[in-house]
Amino acid sequence: MQSAASFKAFLLKNSTESNLNIYDHLTQLLMKVMDERPHNAVDVIEDMSRDVKRELFQDTQSTLRDLPQTTDAELLAEQQCLLFSRQEDTDQEEELAETPLPNVSEIGFYLEQAGVGLGREEMQRIFLALKRLVETQALPRCRLWGKILGTGSNYIVAEAEYREGEEDEEQITDEAPEEEGREAETQDSEMDPPPQSTYKPPLMVPQEAIGTGANKFVYYVCNEPGLPWVKLPSVSPAQITVARQIRKFFTGRLDTPVVSYPPFPGNEANYLRAQIARISAGTQVSPLGFYQAREEEGDEEDEAPQDSYEVNPDFEGIPVTEMAESLSFWVHHVQHILQQGRCTWVNLAVKPEEESYEEGEADEKEEEPDEPEPEVGPPLLTPLSEDAEMFGTPPWSSRLSSTLTPQHAVAVLRSNLWPGAFAYACGKKFENIYVGWGMKYAGEGYSPPVPPLPQKEYLSGANVTETLDPSLEEEQVLQEALEEQQAAQEEMEETEDEEEEDDD
Amino acid sequence: MDADSLFFSLDAVAGSGNTLSPEQRAALQSSLLVLRRSYKFRRVLFWGKVLGLKQDYFIAQGRGEDELRDRKYLYSLNCIDWFLLPPATDSTVAQVSGAARGQFVGDPSFVYERVESPRMSEDEAAQVKVAARNKVNEETRLSVTVHQIDQDVSVVPRGAFIRNHHGLVHVNRSFAGLSESEAKKLDSFLHLSEAKNPKNPKPRSVLQNGELNPAMDFLDVLSDDVPKGSWSLQFESAGRVCILRSLLWLGLTFYHLPGTPQHGYVYIGDGTKHLDLPFML
Repeated sequence: MQSAASFKAFLLKNSTESNLNIYDHLTQLLMKVMDERPHNAVDVIEDMSRDVKRELFQDTQSTLRDLPQTTDAELLAEQQCLLFSRQEDTDQEEELAETPLPNVSEIGFYLEQAGVGLGREEMQRIFLALKRLVETQALPRCRLWGKILGTGSNYIVAEAEYREGEEDEEQITDEAPEEEGREAETQDSEMDPPPQSTYKPPLMVPQEAIGTGANKFVYYVCNEPGLPWVKLPSVSPAQITVARQIRKFFTGRLDTPVVSYPPFPGNEANYLRAQIARISAGTQVSPLGFYQAREEEGDEEDEAPQDSYEVNPDFEGIPVTEMAESLSFWVHHVQHILQQGRCTWVNLAVKPEEESYEEGEADEKEEEPDEPEPEVGPPLLTPLSEDAEMFGTPPWSSRLSSTLTPQHAVAVLRSNLWPGAFAYACGKKFENIYVGWGMKYAGEGYSPPVPPLPQKEYLSGANVTETLDPSLEEEQVLQEALEEQQAAQEEMEETEDEEEEDDD
Repeated sequence: MDADSLFFSLDAVAGSGNTLSPEQRAALQSSLLVLRRSYKFRRVLFWGKVLGLKQDYFIAQGRGEDELRDRKYLYSLNCIDWFLLPPATDSTVAQVSGAARGQFVGDPSFVYERVESPRMSEDEAAQVKVAARNKVNEETRLSVTVHQIDQDVSVVPRGAFIRNHHGLVHVNRSFAGLSESEAKKLDSFLHLSEAKNPKNPKPRSVLQNGELNPAMDFLDVLSDDVPKGSWSLQFESAGRVCILRSLLWLGLTFYHLPGTPQHGYVYIGDGTKHLDLPFML
């Protein structure tokens, strides 16, 4: 019965082209057969069917106008066509001179040897999109960082150096919202002072200055090559620490809120930036000797780890077979991010002291905590062979791109902790790329952090304990006792008086 | 994905980041043809790559007369020499789930060993330690993993396969591809694995049932998957290729060119199920 009903529903469905349905058509056809009773009806049934259709009045003139629908693909194609338009007025010679653009085609070739890549055509489009980014933003240097896959769409990430003078603009804009917040708070307190919360937020670790540490580079993302590039905000230590505790997929829209526990400060753009910082710190590697630590003039504080390096002009290149065999020929060239969420450690115990002094709480100053031990990460340009093993998995896998022609192969390094991070090296050339979901390998399943324990109830003491109401008898007893006491006191006084009198 | 269309289908799924090097592609195109002849398969598919710490496994799938049940898997470490994988049975699945942890090593004879240590006092645990010692080699684990991935996330567009009156599943030669609008819906994609409960499928309205064709709709629909949102559907390569990525088995990518019968899926990943998915949606 169910299938009969569903089959009838199917038969009754109108065709999109002729607006007929097979149920009505068959009815009319059979009626025609019944009316006409032709000879050998089964042989001519096709012709009759066609006749029935032809006899219908067909309105060929439609008053509806065609509404051309542009598909997403067509819109995107229009955007991407702009990438291929060539500017006539630029000089050829000028372009051939030093350019901030990386040679993405060459990188794409080597990556393909290594078994990584986004497809040749896609690489070409990304190359043109990078070119446009460099032209519009006037970036001093730019490279393709990689691609982060999302559930809705993907991010293509470009890494660029800061322009001179850009740091000042950013910092001014950063400070503004905080001040507004403070003003609002003071206004509230004047109106009606609410009970003061005793909760003190944990001290915020100050953000690293632009151009240093985790904010050394600026990142631009776009969903598809050809669409506009969006600059990501700089990352704060709090975002990095929370990003370490949560696991979330990217959706592909930068303004999506990140719903997680512990709460992430910021939206997806901030989360993306935090993950990029973590991935860069973990997986950006270069052959040993390609970079050398910059020798800075003047005496430097010995505590501060070196955070600058320069290209070693004497680098000769390491044989590829050696690079593939040993991890000690690879070094990290991005600073390790400390537990605090910064690359350089900041002593938090110093700053609050000054604040409390201003507020005049002098007694708190004495209970100053012990000087915390500064966290120290591995110095810059540490070999990968010193990377820690996690969950019993070696952090890197290395191999040669070709077993048949090893003399022309490239050495490929794959990160096991950040699935999707690759590096290759061949002679003096090397590159890092990340294509993946932006998540760290979590070993045997992720266990979300538990919320903190609920606060203790009020301490039970004499003030807050509930007592039984006294009964009438008890009250009377108490009253009598009091009266007796009074009487006794009076007697005492009297006797004392008497005694005094006696003394006299 | 079909070995014959490997040269362009690998480019279609390249957006996930993993491709094969030109050397591997060339080797596969030759060796898979030889494989088809020597094992008398009707069709040979390149199934994917399971990444290991030392070496990667390349997996091929041979299909016989019945596309659904008549399947054999082979693996190779160099794309040339292929070895048959033992079929996965319930007992091997149980063994593997008990013993194997972490990432693949890249050595088929590597033995995973895991000592069950249930929560109990120390002397009790010492007694149990001897008894519950699971051992399984990597070849078995590989076969189980490949089997599980095919069970969970193998995808075909609706209408690409038909079941004939003998119950055999064949490629539908008249499949012309999904339309653009169909390709935007998860309902148009089916699991190419035995339907979980064919006797009582999910109740649908009469109108939806009218659409169903018993020859085509004998498979489970992707949109019924639990948890919801375990698939990422996108249009890539300048918006022309429909790409489906499984979030349950990260690394599985399916492609379909709307309007053409071209479709296929490939798994390039570390061979571990993404168990954190419920926390991440």
